[in-house]
Amino acid sequence: MIKLQTPTERIGGVSLNNHMLLAAGVLGTTAASLSRMLRLGAGGVVTKSIGPEPKDGHHGPSLIPVAGGILNAMGLPNPSQEFTEEIAPLLAAKEPVVVSIFGGTPAEFAKVAEWFPNAPAFELNLSCPHAEGYGAAIGANPRVVRECTEAIKAFGKPVWVKLTPNVADIGVIGRAAEEGGADAIVAINTVKAMRISTGMRRPVLRNKFGGLSGTAVFPIAVRAVYDLYEACTIPIIGCGGISTADNVLEMMMAGAAAVEIGSAVYDNINVFSDIAEDLYAADGIPAGEIVGCAHD
Amino acid sequence: MLRTEYLPEKSWGALMTEEHMPVVVTITKVIDETPTIKTFVFDELFNIRPGQFCMVWIPGVDEIPMAFSAANAITVMKVGDATAALFTLKEGDKIGIRGPFGNGFFPTGKVLAVGGGIGVTPLFTLAAGGEVDTFILGARTAEELVFADELANVTDLKIATDDGTRGHHGFVTGILDQLDATEYDTICVCGPEMMMKGVLDRLAAKGIEARGQFSLHRYMKCGVGVCGSCCIDHEGLRVCRDGPVFTGDIIKDSEFAHHHRGPSGRKE
Repeated sequence: MIKLQTPTERIGGVSLNNHMLLAAGVLGTTAASLSRMLRLGAGGVVTKSIGPEPKDGHHGPSLIPVAGGILNAMGLPNPSQEFTEEIAPLLAAKEPVVVSIFGGTPAEFAKVAEWFPNAPAFELNLSCPHAEGYGAAIGANPRVVRECTEAIKAFGKPVWVKLTPNVADIGVIGRAAEEGGADAIVAINTVKAMRISTGMRRPVLRNKFGGLSGTAVFPIAVRAVYDLYEACTIPIIGCGGISTADNVLEMMMAGAAAVEIGSAVYDNINVFSDIAEDLYAADGIPAGEIVGCAHD
Repeated sequence: MLRTEYLPEKSWGALMTEEHMPVVVTITKVIDETPTIKTFVFDELFNIRPGQFCMVWIPGVDEIPMAFSAANAITVMKVGDATAALFTLKEGDKIGIRGPFGNGFFPTGKVLAVGGGIGVTPLFTLAAGGEVDTFILGARTAEELVFADELANVTDLKIATDDGTRGHHGFVTGILDQLDATEYDTICVCGPEMMMKGVLDRLAAKGIEARGQFSLHRYMKCGVGVCGSCCIDHEGLRVCRDGPVFTGDIIKDSEFAHHHRGPSGRKE
């Protein structure tokens, strides 16, 4: 298997300890859990998405492990502005923390971004498939994506834009983010999905539908990253179903400069250090040699 | 070091290749334990370790974590909207069960159990399996005592009530002070957090906090260690997956008995 060097250059404007970040929405509500994941080998962490008002999220069931993946409709629970206090020690320690934010309008995004003057970078959640008026509900519209990106780019920090795969042409949305000044595109958020409890004769999620993550969506994520690499010139952070070092290499060959990993912590909390052991070697090659190499 | 990181085999295992949809069970019996506590018996046996819990799906309402009180039962105190909805269910009604989840108790040698209020539930399964020598059971008042008769049959049972209507007049810690806790190899504890803090302080004073196994309760959404809503400060341990049972040395410098977080993640 190909072995890599750990990154020496910034990726999407952020210095990372390795090519793998903890994805938004997983173990990201407290500074303690984010610190733990950094200790356990994550090269960077993305926080839980923080919005303009505190939200309790949807009632349960809100997350169900299914064969091959995880189905969730958390409904963007978040502590809103109180998170500034929570995350302050990590930001002060200059840890590689990307603050994920969401809003219903560019102004709401800006309101949240203003609370985090020390954030190394922002990731815009324009892709959550199960929160009315937020996420994918507005992230499928290229104009809104561009305007939200412009609004946050005004803060002078790297801006990553996380995209939904639940659109006809993800390249169009990626280009909108790039036109808005994005420093990187993160793809993909969960794939809109549902399961029905046959015993109960009703959808298993309280919200009826949600988003699927995990190994089942990996091929969808690879395809999305491949499309975005053709459509855009800014770096792509591959996300969706990664659980092995070979998955990381495959994402890079599709066009990803780095990756995010989330659902795989369900099988293995040590997934980052386990993958790093397989992925890196002192005499490894720079990742740049394989990023996008699967393209003609 | 954290127990679940150097003893991963103790951590509840899960593979993404497996299906974990809720198991739909039918309630076969509802037992009124006290004016505020009911036991719901269902038609399916789960392979549980005492101290493990399940996520209980009350259709159309919510899904909440609950300790098993038997392989086919949960014992529930009415505390909020979801438990109130559960209390309206009767024999023949259906609920969904995901689990068993979490690490249960892992006692060795001579075992003391200390349970307060509804916290007796996970300890009851431990005692019913013959794993408890001495049991200190506490409640506000005599009529709120749960499982006292059953526990008297299988353990050396000592009772405390806050109002003195049965047994020791005062808290469970009053009885603990009359015992020599160092005689026990494991002290399993579940109940209100301030009660558990009282026990932890007493064990720590004797330098045996690592013998204490405390079952924590936190707001949970996923139950399987992914969402992060039950993570505790300052190590970021997941109560649902790394716990809910933690030894006293792990939690003594944590948020335990200090603060917790609500559904939005805000501290309460």
